[in-house]
Amino acid sequence: MAKQGVEPDELTQPFWDAANEQRLVIQYCVDCDRLQHPPSDSCRDCDDGGELGWKQVSGRGRIYNYGVVHDCPIRLLQEDQPFNLAVIMLDDDPGIQMYSHLPGIPVDDVPVGAAVEVIFEPSANGQLVPEWRVIAD
Amino acid sequence: MTTPTAPDAMYRNDEGLGIWEHRGKVAAVGVGHAPTSRRWDGRPETCVGAITIDALRKAIDDAGVAPDQIDGLVIVPVTTTGAFWEAGKPLPMDVIQSFNQTDDPLDGIAKLSAEWLLANMPELTNVNFTMYGPGCMSNALNVTAQAVGDGLAHTCLVVKSWHNFEGRYYQGGANAGNALPGTPAITQLWGGPASYSTALQFAEYCRKYGKAHDMMAPFMENSRRNGLRFPEGYWAQHRPEELGPEDYLASRWIAKPANLFDNDIPIMMSGAYLFSTAERAQDMKQKPVYILNHASSNTRPRSLLPTLDEVEADTALTGRKIYEGAGITADDLSFENMYDGFSLFHQFHLEGLGYRGIKFGEALDFYQTDISIEGPNPVSPSGGNVGSGRSRVWMHTDCIQQLQGRAGARQVTGVKPEVGVSGGPMPLGGNYTVWSASPD
Ligand SMILES: [Zn+2]
Repeated sequence: MAKQGVEPDELTQPFWDAANEQRLVIQYCVDCDRLQHPPSDSCRDCDDGGELGWKQVSGRGRIYNYGVVHDCPIRLLQEDQPFNLAVIMLDDDPGIQMYSHLPGIPVDDVPVGAAVEVIFEPSANGQLVPEWRVIAD
Repeated sequence: MTTPTAPDAMYRNDEGLGIWEHRGKVAAVGVGHAPTSRRWDGRPETCVGAITIDALRKAIDDAGVAPDQIDGLVIVPVTTTGAFWEAGKPLPMDVIQSFNQTDDPLDGIAKLSAEWLLANMPELTNVNFTMYGPGCMSNALNVTAQAVGDGLAHTCLVVKSWHNFEGRYYQGGANAGNALPGTPAITQLWGGPASYSTALQFAEYCRKYGKAHDMMAPFMENSRRNGLRFPEGYWAQHRPEELGPEDYLASRWIAKPANLFDNDIPIMMSGAYLFSTAERAQDMKQKPVYILNHASSNTRPRSLLPTLDEVEADTALTGRKIYEGAGITADDLSFENMYDGFSLFHQFHLEGLGYRGIKFGEALDFYQTDISIEGPNPVSPSGGNVGSGRSRVWMHTDCIQQLQGRAGARQVTGVKPEVGVSGGPMPLGGNYTVWSASPD
């Protein structure tokens, strides 16, 4: 599916740079050693904001849940309707979620709980974007 | 006068605060609604500012109060349903010139300020307290109740309005472009529509408890039935159509398992109330409805969207806060008017409240029983957004009217209307009010 391109901004530059190197990094707080996603300007758990960095994660996860999108607000995706939109939880920390279109999985035939691994797909402007494919357990 | 946004200290976010210090000392009296419409037709007399003035004047008249007695005004400044005035689109000068202006030409058209309202309601000569309650009427009500209780205002108006323009909502702007900035890209590249998060919570709920989407049909039918008895609402005014199981279940998916009817319809609307101290309210035209408590949740999910575990923990916490501050239990509720837009999360609110003793996973079975206004267990007697269109206001209006005994064809008859609860929007992040026919 042809996703919109991405123009990295200051907050997310490390995430998108890593994606272009086919690496998945997640923001984390040095002070409380917790991952947080989506990234933010400050740690949501530390009262003083916490010092933030980026941590490479395994790129393994599980399909937590999914829906089937029939009426998408994004013009570029509308020609692919209906499509799966799943939420992946990371093996490194199941509390951290990422979206996936689950390329290759038939619409509405999603194996909830299945193991997945990250892949990287080009978006409309060439920026690589993390996606996920089902793998054998 | 610059209007501040309500400070955090005005909300009751925490468990363990005890009985609300103003329990029974603040009352809602007057109700005013402007006529609804699907979209703005471009005329000055139907712009969001104009319908807001209409609703406010009706609330004042309904309460039988002289305008110069009003000293407070709480509003929600954001009025969009998702429709924005596109950059570069010519300003509607004929509309702008029909009103006294503030320094923002779209004030009264695509947003609202307290200053705009006061500049165009010359009869409000004594308002010396104005405040913004962001987001919804539910939020503004919490602010109004606390403000009147604290003595910041004695007779206070509160209003929420919505504008809706031509075109499909959320389809313009960044969604029509070929690229997104990096930060929104992380959450928006995959194209989930507004109801997607709720749809997923519902899907997880169905998997966990062995339920199915078609079990929503009785709730939807009941909500539309109640909505059609809400003369202030959109469906009653413009499309008096029942919503039977066949029509509901045959409608197209938006984000499966959320279908078209699980998504509320965006409309132009304005709803207003007049609040006062319980003491002053005695002399007004309508029976006072006393506020027993207000409570809030500002919980955020750990990551992209709330898990069912997060939803259930927070709705249960909200239920405890609601009851604690009001000094009541679930048994005291005559009816419930928790939020329903999206319909697929109403059961989370119900289960968090433990309404009629239901526990997690039981609400959809409860929907298969008598949940009508004539029965012993009324569910959403307002009909909510399902029954009257997107406003997040009907639930509150209905609580007031039920307890005043003037809900008309919607009046509950299977229970004595003594205590009601309303609020939302989301299971995580909302504001709630407990209403009572008696101050005790
Ligand atoms: Zn931290």
